[in-house]
Amino acid sequence: MRKLTGRLADPRTLPIVATIVLFVALFGFGSVMYTGFFSMQVLTGLLVDNAFLLVVAIGMTFVILSGGIDLSVGAVVALTTILCAVGAEWLHWPIWIVVPIVLVFGTLYGAAMGVLIHFFRLQPFIITLAGMFLARGACFLITTQSITINEPTFHAVASLSLPLGGGSLNAGALIGIAALVVAIFIAHFTRFGRNVYAIGGNERSALLMGLPVARTKIAVYALSGFCAALGGVIFTLYVLSGYGLQAQGMELDAIAATVIGGTLLTGGVGYVIGSLFGVGILGTIQTLITFDGTLSSWWTRIVIGALLCVFCLLQRMIERQAGRRRTGGAGLGPRSKEPSNGGQRRPEQHGGGDPVTMV
Amino acid sequence: MKRLHALARHQLLWPALTLILLILLDVAHRASFLSLTILDGHLFGAPIDILNRAAPLVIVSLGMTLVIATRGIDISVGATVAMAGAAAAVILEADPSRVGMALGAALAVGLLAGMWNGLLVAFVGMQPIIATLILMVAGRGVAQLLTGGQIIPIGAEGYLRLGDGYLAMVPCSVWIALVVSVVLTLLVNRTALGLFVRAIGINPVATRLVGLRSSAIVFGVYVICGLMAAVAGIIISSNVRSADGNNAGLLLELDAILAVTLGGTSLLGGRFSLGGTVLGALIIQTLTYTTYSIGVPPEATLVVKAVVVIVVSVIQSEAARAMLLKPMKNLFSPARQRASTGTSTS
Repeated sequence: MRKLTGRLADPRTLPIVATIVLFVALFGFGSVMYTGFFSMQVLTGLLVDNAFLLVVAIGMTFVILSGGIDLSVGAVVALTTILCAVGAEWLHWPIWIVVPIVLVFGTLYGAAMGVLIHFFRLQPFIITLAGMFLARGACFLITTQSITINEPTFHAVASLSLPLGGGSLNAGALIGIAALVVAIFIAHFTRFGRNVYAIGGNERSALLMGLPVARTKIAVYALSGFCAALGGVIFTLYVLSGYGLQAQGMELDAIAATVIGGTLLTGGVGYVIGSLFGVGILGTIQTLITFDGTLSSWWTRIVIGALLCVFCLLQRMIERQAGRRRTGGAGLGPRSKEPSNGGQRRPEQHGGGDPVTMV
Repeated sequence: MKRLHALARHQLLWPALTLILLILLDVAHRASFLSLTILDGHLFGAPIDILNRAAPLVIVSLGMTLVIATRGIDISVGATVAMAGAAAAVILEADPSRVGMALGAALAVGLLAGMWNGLLVAFVGMQPIIATLILMVAGRGVAQLLTGGQIIPIGAEGYLRLGDGYLAMVPCSVWIALVVSVVLTLLVNRTALGLFVRAIGINPVATRLVGLRSSAIVFGVYVICGLMAAVAGIIISSNVRSADGNNAGLLLELDAILAVTLGGTSLLGGRFSLGGTVLGALIIQTLTYTTYSIGVPPEATLVVKAVVVIVVSVIQSEAARAMLLKPMKNLFSPARQRASTGTSTS
């Protein structure tokens, strides 16, 4: 029991605990304030309405864990909706041909950015910014119009729904849940996941340890591109059209969800599951504002900004505390005191075992 | 020869070459590109047009340069532009004669935004990109709150002259950009500020140990950046004769960062050039102008921009240069090797 409370107050798990508490509190607040809020329907609706953001945020989490950033995701989502619409409407391909092509495209797009970032040692910020311009520009090159999808297979998949205790989950939400499970497995139970944490903790050390830094970094951006494309597919199913102006500013929402979910932007610290609650918090705020009816939509942005601020301050406090604890001894570093909790910049040890021996 | 070598290594060489190349491209396309005419006592012509449209970007980018030079980044400038324009428009809507007060309010908004960012970065110690992300997300909400979600038209004559009017045949906004550039250049080059900013960018810890109050300087740099964004907000809102909380200054932060990078300022801090930034901003605007005038469809402008960003950052990257130069060096070295092995076997 003491171990459990100790774990809750652990500087690495405290942000995510805070996130979950906040999510529950927000949902509880809505349930008390508005009738009909506390229902399975609202909860599943949350997942249905934000599945694309969840998938995009998962990809973003990996990039941020590795110490990078990906600003291109929103534009890739928009490009994916256009490509899906073009495949369905202009070429009359069914969904099972279009979707794999689109996913491969997204993966290659991300990988190309990763190659530029790693081998030319360019700033992720600038290169993914260029990637964003390129993807948005490509959207408008293809068409400046909105294409409505009438392809029957798309409609068939979009209208799938799984009833679940009063609410129901659609195909997008199911894909989102599947992506989350796979991502948690990848992040915490595979070599690749450990490498990502190690590189985010300290790229130089990771290189000196003999970890495949180049491969991992490129794979991280490829994964983010894949997730953005998958998010785009879900978005296409959600709106059943393709349009180049869609998902504007989604990269910010994804970054915000990741940060609120407890992932440090310096890299190396965080959990994929945190992003689920980050997305949940963003979605709940929106639902609350819809339920209230008198608040204007811009309050969403202000509240999200304020939440970001609170979470960053919290993380900053934790970082400071960890830093003080680390240097609190005789200058011997973390080893002299706590061998298992050596400060914030070490790779996570989630599944047990030392990352060095596992790799 | 030595002078030529120095020129080749000069910081402004690449941005200047890029700009000249773009202008040559324009001149090749339309010979009268550089000619200026006087109409109604105002100067008209493509160069004036480019300068006029680039003015807000130049101003924002100059503030951004100082921030980036201290290893920081400010992605909230677009939101600050929207907030400043909204604040001015709200005051002018109530009473169109209070132009001075509107300008004061806009600048105060910029000052506050800068102080908020500076506080978080310099004194709380947050990562600049997150600290300014907060204001970037919330700022547009605040701007819409000010305007009530509407686009507020501006009708005050005195205010409109700033972004739309002319002074001595040249647009006012160009004069404002010029004054801002000169003041900032003097501030950076004639006082110790430039040295301090460079020192912080190169090694923040050493700077603090030397005894500089580096957090105060970093704070000041963010305040300057916020003020610059407010000035740009005034020009933009005056130019389009309205304040739009949702769309004013949209993606401006990205263009500003791009201008700074194109100008040869290192995103890692320490190395910066205000002149390069002005060139960078002009490159972006000239590029936009060129794509339109050559007949590239407006939809493709973003693609062209992306390609330019990638090419310029690859050229500026040392790793890329080394990688590209290696094959050239190898062309010479194997020959020498073969020659040497030849002599040893004989």
